[in-house]
Amino acid sequence: MTQKTPRPGTGSASQNEITTEIETIEADAAARVVAGGSPELQPRRDYAPYRSSLLRHPTHELVRVDPEEVERVSPAFGHTDVNVLESDLTIQHAGEPIGERMTVSGRVLDGEGRPVRRQLIELWQANAGGRYVHKRDQHPAPLDPNFTGVGRAITGENGEYSFTTIKPGPYPWKNHMNAWRPAHIHFSLFGTAFTQRLITQMYFPGDPLFALDPIYQSIADADARARLVGTYDHSLSVPEFSLGYNWDIVLTGPKSTWMESEEAHD
Amino acid sequence: MTDLAEVAAVVQPPAPQKRALQTPSQTVGPFYGYALPYAGGPELVPGYHPRAIRFHGTVTDGAGEPILDALLEIWQADESGALSRSRGSLDRDGFTFTGFGRCATTIAGHYTFTTLKPGAAGAAAPYILVTVFARGVTHHLFTRAYFAEDSVLHQSDAVLSSLPADRRDTLICVSEGIVGGAESYRFDIRVQGENETVFLDFDV
Repeated sequence: MTQKTPRPGTGSASQNEITTEIETIEADAAARVVAGGSPELQPRRDYAPYRSSLLRHPTHELVRVDPEEVERVSPAFGHTDVNVLESDLTIQHAGEPIGERMTVSGRVLDGEGRPVRRQLIELWQANAGGRYVHKRDQHPAPLDPNFTGVGRAITGENGEYSFTTIKPGPYPWKNHMNAWRPAHIHFSLFGTAFTQRLITQMYFPGDPLFALDPIYQSIADADARARLVGTYDHSLSVPEFSLGYNWDIVLTGPKSTWMESEEAHD
Repeated sequence: MTDLAEVAAVVQPPAPQKRALQTPSQTVGPFYGYALPYAGGPELVPGYHPRAIRFHGTVTDGAGEPILDALLEIWQADESGALSRSRGSLDRDGFTFTGFGRCATTIAGHYTFTTLKPGAAGAAAPYILVTVFARGVTHHLFTRAYFAEDSVLHQSDAVLSSLPADRRDTLICVSEGIVGGAESYRFDIRVQGENETVFLDFDV
């Protein structure tokens, strides 16, 4: 069988071709763990099934360095930067947005389980029909005049956060033929050190598009991927109002693999 | 078994907690436009500040094409080398230097910050920490922008002195002199390919 050389932006591959590439890389990652390697904690930067990564990953190894003070601290944010109302995405317009009203809440923690307090969380998402308010999003699903899909908050004393929004819809994109993103919410986070800076996506449990999506699958380790999936928590659902999801976020640092020696510690 | 041993067998100290594992990164994607850029994001100081510098450049991909949907963040010390603990990066008052800025690239792949030249914080030569997010970048890229006039300090800088000369130069801004009334520094970022920028992985 001849392997087609993937090219960015063409979008001509079939889902089956993409899925085969995804499965090959996942098998490679699993084999490395079986051979004694560490599980991959982060997505691969050079991940061909996600075509846009082809020309946008460095070919040199990253240079490992000790952080200086600049990297060991983080900008300070606070309630003077963010209005408390910005955590409710359903009250930004004259009317109510269309869709399943939901909350997503959880805690932001460091690798020792300590709360990341008084730090900035930013969030953005598509509307219930899978459309972003963005001029480059030409997916022919309706815009919702009552939904921009943008929120911000400052974490509390226990690292806690909570957003009220509507559940985003899945949407098509042009990575390959009949490509669809699973429903997700983008999150941007700051830790106590700039090395902990994180932008990521939160997904919803049981999405049938997971196996097909090269962005979710760019994290080749199944356990690591699963950390991006929120859990439905009925105790967080508000009667007659909203469904509740929980998602905790851990900020340790940029390291791409996990060392065995880190497991045992007090 | 004595009573004490029985008690000890029952009242075990809590097992060491398994270290919480990192939440993985995902690409910023193309649609952050209403969420992340904000008014004043690229202006850490107003352009009329007497010591304002222009810190700018173009972000390109492996084909040399501009990356027109990148988002850059900078974080730096102030002129004295101190890291600001002041709030207000998102809602600038025009006078407080917070050290943080954010700028989306233009359709030409270009970014421009107005800031102050940082002083040395700690043992390293002065630099601006630059973080690159973009569609297709699955995990953001960190790099540092140093200044050519600090070449004496560069010799003892732990990062610069560890790199081969041709790669080291990718971390040093091009001094353009006074442009439009401000000292201008150009820091082009080549994500892949010829003269690929050095990107850093912090050992933490």
